[in-house]
Amino acid sequence: MPKMNLSHFEAAFLFSLFTSVVLGVVTKRNDRDRLHYGVYTFICFLIALFGLGWLMYFGHG
Amino acid sequence: MATEKEQKPELPPVSEWAPALALSWLVPGGGHLLLKRTGRGLLLMASVTSMFLCGLMMRGAMFQPQSGDFLTTLINTGGFIGDLASGILYLMTVWLGYNQPDVAGAVHDYGTKFLVTAGLLNILAMVDAFEIAVRRKD
Repeated sequence: MPKMNLSHFEAAFLFSLFTSVVLGVVTKRNDRDRLHYGVYTFICFLIALFGLGWLMYFGHG
Repeated sequence: MATEKEQKPELPPVSEWAPALALSWLVPGGGHLLLKRTGRGLLLMASVTSMFLCGLMMRGAMFQPQSGDFLTTLINTGGFIGDLASGILYLMTVWLGYNQPDVAGAVHDYGTKFLVTAGLLNILAMVDAFEIAVRRKD
């Protein structure tokens, strides 16, 4: 089994991507809404990722 | 003022939805494929399987049910259920001996979370397949 060494950002990015796809697929009732919701969720994940990253940066002083 | 309770439509016979639900657990996205929702089935299969494989390649650990204090029981049993929900991916990993011992490290920790989340996402896919099978959803 090959080993994968990801940075925090890469791991969180992949996590956001896979989770957004599934949430988009199972949540809405037509393809257009599914696509919109998947993209929306992914953007929310990224905003939270960068937001929390900066928060920790400033928190450490 | 409406006093009558809204009546839910009755469930179709078990034989109509159980195969889709069971296949959905065993093979991520399989229930959707069985119900002829090919595109969605393939997307679910790709996402859940990729997440699980990434977790394995990051050397994530599988949870084993443990008893002890409340938090230990909750985390380990919950984690085990999450791992088990990945179906054949979990079973093959255990049967072929690819499950890793729990080691310290950020990447391993991410891997463990990826493995559990793959199972939790598969539970969402199972619920979706069930709703399609009982005709509550297209």
